[in-house]
Amino acid sequence: MTIAYQRAVTGRRAGRSLSLRRREELTGYLFISPQVLGFLVIVLGPIVAVVVYSLQNRTLLAPEATFAGLENYRHMVESDPYFRRMLLTTAIFCAGLVPINVGLGLCTALLLSSNRRGDAVFQAIFFLPVVTSAVAWAVVWRYAFQGELGPINQFLAVLGVTGPNWLQEPTWALVVVTVTRALKTVGLKMVIFIAAIQGIPKEPLEAARLDGANSWHVFRHIMLPFLAPATFLVVVITMIGSMQVFDHILLMTAGGPSNATMVLPYYIFHQAFRAFDTGYASALAVVLCVLTLGLTTLQWAVRRRVVPDEQ
Amino acid sequence: MSSDVAFQTPARLRPTRPSRGAPSLRGTAIIATTARYLFLTVLSLVFMFPFWWLVTSSLKGPSEIRQTPPTFLPESPRWQNYVEVFTYQPFARHLFNSIYLGVVVTIGVLAISAISGYAFARLRFRGRSVIFVVLLVALMMPTEVTIVPLFSLMRSLGLVNTHVPLILIPIFGPQTILGAFLMRQFFLQLPRETEEAGMVDGLGHLGVFLRLALPLARPALGALAIVTFLYSWNLLLEPLVFIDDPDLYTVPLGLNSYTDSYGVPIWHLQLAATSISIVPMVVAFLVARRQLIVSFAFTAGK
Repeated sequence: MTIAYQRAVTGRRAGRSLSLRRREELTGYLFISPQVLGFLVIVLGPIVAVVVYSLQNRTLLAPEATFAGLENYRHMVESDPYFRRMLLTTAIFCAGLVPINVGLGLCTALLLSSNRRGDAVFQAIFFLPVVTSAVAWAVVWRYAFQGELGPINQFLAVLGVTGPNWLQEPTWALVVVTVTRALKTVGLKMVIFIAAIQGIPKEPLEAARLDGANSWHVFRHIMLPFLAPATFLVVVITMIGSMQVFDHILLMTAGGPSNATMVLPYYIFHQAFRAFDTGYASALAVVLCVLTLGLTTLQWAVRRRVVPDEQ
Repeated sequence: MSSDVAFQTPARLRPTRPSRGAPSLRGTAIIATTARYLFLTVLSLVFMFPFWWLVTSSLKGPSEIRQTPPTFLPESPRWQNYVEVFTYQPFARHLFNSIYLGVVVTIGVLAISAISGYAFARLRFRGRSVIFVVLLVALMMPTEVTIVPLFSLMRSLGLVNTHVPLILIPIFGPQTILGAFLMRQFFLQLPRETEEAGMVDGLGHLGVFLRLALPLARPALGALAIVTFLYSWNLLLEPLVFIDDPDLYTVPLGLNSYTDSYGVPIWHLQLAATSISIVPMVVAFLVARRQLIVSFAFTAGK
């Protein structure tokens, strides 16, 4: 279409074509300039700055900084007693989110993809947490999972079970934080799976059914191969999403108890604005930046396979 | 865009029903249907639980909220909670701050992403695809990565403890990139003919954009406006880092401040305030569920 347009213009006014193109180009730069200038100052500049900061000794309290070489990175790997534990927690958190998101997302999508009566209502219910603020979601769950006074333990007490002090015990705290976070995002994965299921060509499905294949076989041998790229996409999206949990962690546990729920994005905030070590926080931010870049690249590679016609 | 098109297309995938003749098969179908609804209902209860518990508990008094066994409905709704929310701290002020910041951010994001999205869709200039890809990569970058340099920047400009960072960062940050992306997709779908006619009539690129393309983009702008307002409304990290003065608090910061001197939440007030805070989301969801789902699925897909 672009070519057709160009031909139309150049064909009609061959003499002025160059200046027209020139004008179009300048207009283009002008139109994107607010976005690009803002991006340079608010996003790209700070990303470059954070790399520089990570090579410096700096604190939040004083604006001066001194060059430190790779000291912050050395501290990260060798002497920070929490770093490895924090990375492991981040990995466990991420590894917990993925199966819940894929499992529940796929289950609900399979059950809700054929526009039966009531499907829209269920879809809305599962999607509502996606739209709800992370703050509200975390506040309610923190309330629900309090020690003796929380509704969950009160229900368990009615059943004669003494529930743990969920958010004060390291293992349970991580489990609760992971599961409640996963529930918030399942609806989104459901939508992605529904779109994928509805995009499966009908002929192979019907042919298989006519040949007498049962539902399980149809699912296992025909639908599942078609859904593999979408599943991989959901996995990567969930991993990227696991890096965007600051609000959830802050409001539910603030990284505690005894750092049991300390994950990378929250640890950056903690080091910078609670421990005031902005140099070290910047080194951690570089790690997060590299992780995000890696995952985004992976996602694009996957996406190209899922939706080949998309630019 | 393919995913939302698919989403809107009614499914043709109805499973073939087992033949009516065989009673055993019919029994299986009934069991399967029952199991399906049972599973969906139980799962729905899990998903509805937080909302139910949020709203009902926000109407309980300080003692009923700790009662064992818990009550499913407040014994007598304590509307007083919703008054105390505003007397305990300047929550009305926080609401006002969040609303005006949300409006300003939404207008800014819409303006910048509409014109930039149009350029990426329609105008040819060198470096277009490279710039666009760089922007898309940055879309996924969490603010945690850039927050330390942003804090230094804002502090050197004397803008800490003002609302300026809460306007500038969202307007020029990832939300605008998402906006430009959505607007580009929208403009790509528009037929070119009107715009070409406009060019021939001597309107110029700006004229074509303002008079022809932009009016057609109203539905896309509406969806983007809703998502952007909610985005601004829910921001937590930026206000937490940049704001100290309780008068400048936004709603999420206010919610986090219903605590006693030991930092223990005053639940009946915190839950009441939280109930108020989700009103915009619930309204948006009821008004524009489909657009919201599409926009959110889009964000995730990029």
